[in-house]
Amino acid sequence: MSVLVYTESLKGKFKKNAFEVASYAHKVAQDLGTTVTAVSFNAEDDASLGTYGVSKVLKVSDDSLTTFNAKAYADVLAQAAKAEDTKVIVLSSSADSKFLAPILSAKLSAGYVPNVVAAPESTSPFVVKRTAFSNKGFALTEITSDIKVIGVSSNAFGVVESNVSASVENFGPSLADDAFSVKSVEVDRVVGKATIADADIVVSGGRGLKGPENWGMVEELADVLGAATACSKPVSDMGWRPHSEHVGQTGKPVASNLYIAIGISGAIQHLAGINASKVKVVINNDPEAPFFKAADYGIVGDAFEVVPELIEKLKEFKAQNA
Amino acid sequence: MKILVCISNVPDTTSKINFTEGDTKFDTNGVQFVINPNDEFGLTRAMWFKEKQGATVHVVNVGGPQTEPTIRKALAIGADEAIRVNAEPIDGFFVAQQLAEVVKNGAYDLIIAGRESIDYNGGMVPGMLATLLDMNFVNTCISLDVEGDTATAIREIDGGKEKISTSLPLVIGGQKGLVEESDLRIPNMRGIMMARKKALNVVEPVDATQATQDKKFEKPAAKGPVKLVDAGNVGELVDLLHNEAKVI
Repeated sequence: MSVLVYTESLKGKFKKNAFEVASYAHKVAQDLGTTVTAVSFNAEDDASLGTYGVSKVLKVSDDSLTTFNAKAYADVLAQAAKAEDTKVIVLSSSADSKFLAPILSAKLSAGYVPNVVAAPESTSPFVVKRTAFSNKGFALTEITSDIKVIGVSSNAFGVVESNVSASVENFGPSLADDAFSVKSVEVDRVVGKATIADADIVVSGGRGLKGPENWGMVEELADVLGAATACSKPVSDMGWRPHSEHVGQTGKPVASNLYIAIGISGAIQHLAGINASKVKVVINNDPEAPFFKAADYGIVGDAFEVVPELIEKLKEFKAQNA
Repeated sequence: MKILVCISNVPDTTSKINFTEGDTKFDTNGVQFVINPNDEFGLTRAMWFKEKQGATVHVVNVGGPQTEPTIRKALAIGADEAIRVNAEPIDGFFVAQQLAEVVKNGAYDLIIAGRESIDYNGGMVPGMLATLLDMNFVNTCISLDVEGDTATAIREIDGGKEKISTSLPLVIGGQKGLVEESDLRIPNMRGIMMARKKALNVVEPVDATQATQDKKFEKPAAKGPVKLVDAGNVGELVDLLHNEAKVI
């Protein structure tokens, strides 16, 4: 009856979202009077999950599962759910989790609710709060099925330490050949740079920057802050920046601690996409830009003067606080 | 190749969102409905398969009669036939079961859906549909090519891309990248006239399970006014972000 959690890792190291989902699962387990069981794939430091409330780790060590494979991973999690007689499964809102969760849910005839932003409102009936209408609203959604799958939004519930002692058990799932009918050929991942999905800070540029040649200062600002870079829809449509940087309603959602918008006017679709960010800063020369109504802090001024100055001030700040 | 494109009927991206009936329903008053953007990228890619590889393209929507203008738009863009499953799309699992029945009856090779609809953002229908039918599935798909029974796809991952090889029958959850924004088609008069003559078959839903139910909606809390920092005093912003907002 334990709460099952899928703890993501990359090259053996748990991702930050693994600790977030474990923390969330621990809260649900407390509400239900049970414990948390994690499933890890080729991870190194399984016992560390205890810090975030995991009592038992089902450790999968399998070379065929080195690269994420949604169908095969869903198969493993479904087997773990059966072995544990699980009624609640918790995972993240990463691209991998959002790929896997519907497969897992359909296998288990489970109701799936993604983009969950808070601990369950109640567990009987089982009601969770999630974003809807692309962050223009929230829904309180009841999951009526026997098994429930919850996708937790990144940076919403947060990481909570509970210091449980975690036992580690090897778990050997049986996988049919057809579990690998969708094959990964090549993974092209940017290394050593923050991504929009998991960055604490995102620096974003819009049409006000006039052209792709002016992105140097955006990248430099991002470097100083250890931030990911992003852009508005027109910028990606014009090919100034890759689609993968487009944030907004039809692009990626941003749920960072700090979002800095440079030369972005703040169309309703853009503001929806970044609404989940905690603190928003806008730099724009037009004081009437709608973004000023959505931002916490703003500077009315020429980005080409303000941003280099901001970079200098941040460097000084970092030197003082190093 | 026989392609089914699944389309959702969603509020236009510029819509202001309001709720009604004690915040239990989305208020459709004054809202313009469109083809879900993620689905439209997929539909446009399907047109490419039709024109270059001779594919047949059907579109399907699960919804009431009010969604027919959106379905007609998909026909005007160039889909050959349309199916409307006459039921309110009460949750993703329910919709996936309805679509599974349509796919079984139509013997489709490729099912193109959007990564998520921009209204309820469930992002679950394509993956559930593939699993119910034991078909292959690729999510957040930004490129798709098909040769014979072999499909090569690229999916977006956090911080990069992954190239994937698989085979038909296949379901994809697509998004921008399948085609560019500039490739999207505005129906012309000829397309609109032809769409009127194309088949729009209405089928009744099959018995299906609902697994989730939205009980109540809320709008985000109102925000306080912006705190403006003078452009000549950028250092103050650094100070505020550190000492007040505590984000750096």
